Amino acid sequence: MALTTYLEAIRQGIWEEMERDERVFVLGEDVGVYGGAFKVTKGMLDHFGPERVVDTPISESAIVGAAIGASYLGMRPVAEMQFIDFISCCFDQITNFAAKSRYRWGAGVPIVIRGPSGGNTHGGPFHSQNVESYFYNTPGLKIVQPSTAYDAKGLIKAAIRDEDPVLYLEHKYLYRRIKEELPSEDFVVPIGEAAVRREGSDLGIITYGAMVYNALDAADILAKDGVETEVLDVRSLQPLDENAILETAMKTNKVIVLHEACLTGGAGGELAARIAEKAFDFLDGPIIRVAAKDTPVPFSPPLEEYFLPQVDDVVDAARKLLAY
Amino acid sequence: MSTAKPSTSKEYRIEAPDGLDLGKHQFVELYHYIALNRRLEERLSILYRQNKIVGGLYSSLGQEATSVGSAYALADGDFLAPMIRNLGSYLVRGVSAKDFVAQYLARECSPTRGKDGTQHFGDLSKGLIACISMLGALVPVMAGVAMAMKHRGQKNVALTYCGDGATSTTDFHEGLNFAAVHRVPFILVAEHNQYAYATPVSMQFTIENIADKAPAYGVHGEIVDGNNVLAVYDATRRARQMCIEGKGPVLLEAKTFRRKGHAEHDPADYVPKKLRAQWEAKDPLDAYSRFLLDQGVATRSEMDDVDAKITRELELAVQEVLDSPFPDKSIADRDVYFSARTDGGSHA
Repeated sequence: MALTTYLEAIRQGIWEEMERDERVFVLGEDVGVYGGAFKVTKGMLDHFGPERVVDTPISESAIVGAAIGASYLGMRPVAEMQFIDFISCCFDQITNFAAKSRYRWGAGVPIVIRGPSGGNTHGGPFHSQNVESYFYNTPGLKIVQPSTAYDAKGLIKAAIRDEDPVLYLEHKYLYRRIKEELPSEDFVVPIGEAAVRREGSDLGIITYGAMVYNALDAADILAKDGVETEVLDVRSLQPLDENAILETAMKTNKVIVLHEACLTGGAGGELAARIAEKAFDFLDGPIIRVAAKDTPVPFSPPLEEYFLPQVDDVVDAARKLLAY
Repeated sequence: MSTAKPSTSKEYRIEAPDGLDLGKHQFVELYHYIALNRRLEERLSILYRQNKIVGGLYSSLGQEATSVGSAYALADGDFLAPMIRNLGSYLVRGVSAKDFVAQYLARECSPTRGKDGTQHFGDLSKGLIACISMLGALVPVMAGVAMAMKHRGQKNVALTYCGDGATSTTDFHEGLNFAAVHRVPFILVAEHNQYAYATPVSMQFTIENIADKAPAYGVHGEIVDGNNVLAVYDATRRARQMCIEGKGPVLLEAKTFRRKGHAEHDPADYVPKKLRAQWEAKDPLDAYSRFLLDQGVATRSEMDDVDAKITRELELAVQEVLDSPFPDKSIADRDVYFSARTDGGSHA
């Protein structure tokens, strides 16, 4: 059976949902004729037609605004940000219109906003960001980030079927680097469920997105010293699988929280706080955050490499923690 | 109850546009909505001075004809998103005065159960979409409603409002342009009421008419006397027809004036007295009352009957709301998500 890339898995997931439910449609910049800047929507225009694959002006606020409006009429829009960095241009529509609608007046907004996020591709300050923290403090939104092809497909399908607005943050570094065999039958990955990627009892690394692979690489290195590392992929930041996080913390007693977004104000602070509040008695050392530097994402490869959390950074943090 | 005085030649007079398709019942119904809009806001103003209102109170005094006339031109299945000065649009869509009183008094029986106030509510079953405070935000949203109508082959339109101030926003531009590119059945009524809070329109843009922006978007633009309910009705009806024929969107500019401050706390002393007086003389309720009398469409006593009914309805509504409880705090963390779990999780 053929291997499916992370990118193709997203495309398949959207495609199958469009086949399954005629209310589902995609809109965004260059999603139609061009098939999307990264080809996530390739072939959709020919198959589904221009009313379900909508090319738009360069208007992120209108893309999300129109998605919200269409959802009020029962549609299930999937709005693409050409790069997730551009989501800043529709911050108001997402945080004030979509996120608060159900709470304020009972009108749910079942939309998906998806796009390529993350660095390690030398995209510079405006094509490399991780934006989850901008939205993490806004109740009403769900936020997911898959790390595997299986999750990429299962989570996009779950996001499209969800009754609430979902930010689906795909990692562009993984687009064509990650592939696996996928089941031929329909499946979803429920939003709000973490996945243990490697079991261990000496150390826990709680992470998501592309950093799952850094964590696994670090675990391999640590294993040579006999350290058994557990790697937990949270997959969903909101809702958070708190039970799984606490289980890893209570089992390993030593926790690293790892993410690619900048350190200060990042989601890692929230994860660490939950563990500190609810599993303090089980901890044998401080919860250590490993994250990107607190700078804009630099462009030149050596600068970006310095900026991003590397496997060695994780190993170093682990050794410090293991000394407790 | 009405302040209409005998006509004199110098008075602002409104006329019925040619080919107006309204019968007696509808003429009187329009009077009912404008008068109810006016009296309800007057009643709310009293509640404000009695310290009963929670938060701010916003008035559409002088702009009632724009709200009522535009909403009245819509049909079943059309969607409407009123802004803060479009109380009358809600009334036309069947929202009760009590709902407004309850919203402003932050009661549990309000449409938002106290989770939001003022005119910040909607009802999808009535084709009403709630605004947010950020101006212009409804323009792309209603463009999306219109796009969904078009793609589903519905013969309906989406309509929303913006003030002269909101034309300066990103969303005004993005939304109108998006609607134009996709040729969706969307009507944007720009209420040129001359002040955005304390900022006069001369500080908002440098052209005379908002409708002059229409050609730049490749859409039909039209200027209408926003204080003439019949003109607004007729222009909206024609705009609606254009949209149904695939010739939308339409940018309709209603020339009018905000006679009160931005909100009740604001005395608006930045407005020149002469300018205010000019527009007081063009009061839409007085003008429409005179029209009905002069044309023999309705008698004074028929209008008095409507007014009396409104007074009774309002007193009942106010009393009911005053007697009703504030929301219990137990609902404060409900309905953030579809799921019963407050964080949106799928299992308990």
